[in-house]
Amino acid sequence: MSVFVHKESKVIIQGFTGQHATFHAEESMANGTNVVGGVTPGKGGQTHLDRPVFDTVSQAVAETGADVSGIFVPPPFAADAIMEALEAGIGVIVVIADGIPVQDMVRVKRYAKDRNAIIIGPNTPGIITPGGCKVGIMPSHIYTPGRIGVVSRSGTLNYEAVQQMSSLGMGQSTSVGIGGDPVNGTDFVTVLRAFEEDPATDAVIMIGEIGGPQEVEAARWAKENMSKPVVGFVAGVSAPPGRRMGHAGAIISGESDTANAKMDMMEELGVHVVRNPALIGETAHRVFS
Amino acid sequence: MNIHEYQTKELLRTYGVPVPEGRVAHNVDNAATVAEDLGGDRWVVKAQIHAGGRGKGGGVKVASSLDEVRHFTDQLIGSHLVTPQTGPEGRMVQRVLVEQGVNIAREFYLGFVIDRGSQRITVIASASGGMDIEEVAKTTPEKVIRETVDPAVGLMEFQCRKIAARIGLRGKQIHDATKLMRALYKCFREQDALMAEINPLAELDGGQLMALDAKMSFDGNALYRQKAVTELRDFDEEDPKEVEATGHGLNYIALDGNVGCIVNGAGLAMATMDAISFHNGKPANFLDVGGGASPEKVGNAFRIVLQDPNVKIILVNIFAGINRCDWIAEGLIKAMQDLKIDVPIVVRLAGTNVEKGAAMLEKSGLDFIMADNLDDAATKVMATLGEQDS
Repeated sequence: MSVFVHKESKVIIQGFTGQHATFHAEESMANGTNVVGGVTPGKGGQTHLDRPVFDTVSQAVAETGADVSGIFVPPPFAADAIMEALEAGIGVIVVIADGIPVQDMVRVKRYAKDRNAIIIGPNTPGIITPGGCKVGIMPSHIYTPGRIGVVSRSGTLNYEAVQQMSSLGMGQSTSVGIGGDPVNGTDFVTVLRAFEEDPATDAVIMIGEIGGPQEVEAARWAKENMSKPVVGFVAGVSAPPGRRMGHAGAIISGESDTANAKMDMMEELGVHVVRNPALIGETAHRVFS
Repeated sequence: MNIHEYQTKELLRTYGVPVPEGRVAHNVDNAATVAEDLGGDRWVVKAQIHAGGRGKGGGVKVASSLDEVRHFTDQLIGSHLVTPQTGPEGRMVQRVLVEQGVNIAREFYLGFVIDRGSQRITVIASASGGMDIEEVAKTTPEKVIRETVDPAVGLMEFQCRKIAARIGLRGKQIHDATKLMRALYKCFREQDALMAEINPLAELDGGQLMALDAKMSFDGNALYRQKAVTELRDFDEEDPKEVEATGHGLNYIALDGNVGCIVNGAGLAMATMDAISFHNGKPANFLDVGGGASPEKVGNAFRIVLQDPNVKIILVNIFAGINRCDWIAEGLIKAMQDLKIDVPIVVRLAGTNVEKGAAMLEKSGLDFIMADNLDDAATKVMATLGEQDS
């Protein structure tokens, strides 16, 4: 197995006929992803990349049995597209768009409550189970099948870590980009839980960023619930304290909101913390073998 | 995107949040006219910059004559105001807000923010208003009240009453505070705000509530549907290099080191800076060229980084996903030829079309220092800097 997406996943693409969606759908299909169709409102009944196009997600689900959707629509329309996928019963929704208004995502998360779906993103390169299924925009060729789960907020830093792993012969069970936005669909804890339960995953690399409490919460959860080792890194040690307006941000985040503070707390909670981002692969190799 | 206090107050007034009478002034005569129009015998002259802590920095003055209004305005406009939130370089004051003075009985804190923890709009309130609210939150967190808003129903009246009662308001004030919070919430929602803060929320001598200071910042991703807020943007409050970068689709933040960085993706850009710091180097900037970096974009990135006279070396670190290394290489070669670059350039390319990109750089005969990976790149940057110094 693997987490969230597998060889058996039936994938549709929302915004299917757009230029980027077309390019990445083709690339995914060439790498073995089972794309069963797509949605572009107004173009239902047409065929694109030899796959059927539907006007609505619920039609696509009824006709193809799709259980995964990759959303490639532009940010202003993304919230509506995510809710449409949720309503249609899609189980894994991958949102590539970078630039969705935060309050749209606040409403999306409320709508998603109790609907039992996984939303990956927004502002993510997507998710890939190497050799099985890719929904996103990452360069497939750097990923290799293996037994290590990768979860990160940043896209390119995910590529960086994966390449470091590959050069040492470590492959990935699944690599998940949860996205860099302040309000995102899935947090680190949810992904760690999935990796813990996945028999095809032996260990996890977790790559965070400055800002927000997610990484420390995940480390706390891992300490209490995980048997598999976790290697962690948090980007932004050298980020300067930004100019700011007012006190509200500082009050809500408390004192632990720097990269170093987060890594210190993660280390205390038993995560194998890497301080030099160039050594993520090497550290993982040492810890996991 | 941030706006000035006077703009925030004008916006809040339209939503029915009580704010002091006052207007913005751009010079001394202007300020005196505003004070005269307002009447009374006491005025507050407040420096308008995009940062808090102005009281601590000496940016808020109480004047008891028109002469004093003139004097303080003269002192403030054109000065560089340094506050705990500006950084040591301070901000240049270009205008002041002149307001009628009021008599304050008590000061409260009221803030709205999108909380990354709950992933919802959260109201923060405290009976300990005024300047040291962060200290209060640190030392006596129980004195800071938090109330999370369910987006399905919005901020409910009972939640406002709960907050009002807990910060010690009584009688009619409970209803006034409820009205005020609901108005602020409506503004926050409709204008796509990320943060709204009233500090202090004052109880005046007569018992009525008033927003004596107000700050708001807005979601840059929502500006496409917020025309009115977009017009309030003040480019003078932003770093001109950052504004230029944004115009080219680049995300740039100036820092004080000497290693210029050109990277794709915010996370990798931060990690690149971290790797340099780990080798005891100092990054000169954060620069994310984003996805789909055309050769032109790469050229613009070089232009912006080279505007910083402290830059002694440039590290280009590209991990191409939707980007392509051959485009990046084309941009690099063109930049080297067009801009007289006299600092060494360390290049690390990886990902899509990496062989093609590396071959192009090789064939160009230009003097790039090629690195195999992130560690190699940081090491070569430091070694080259070391040679320069010796």
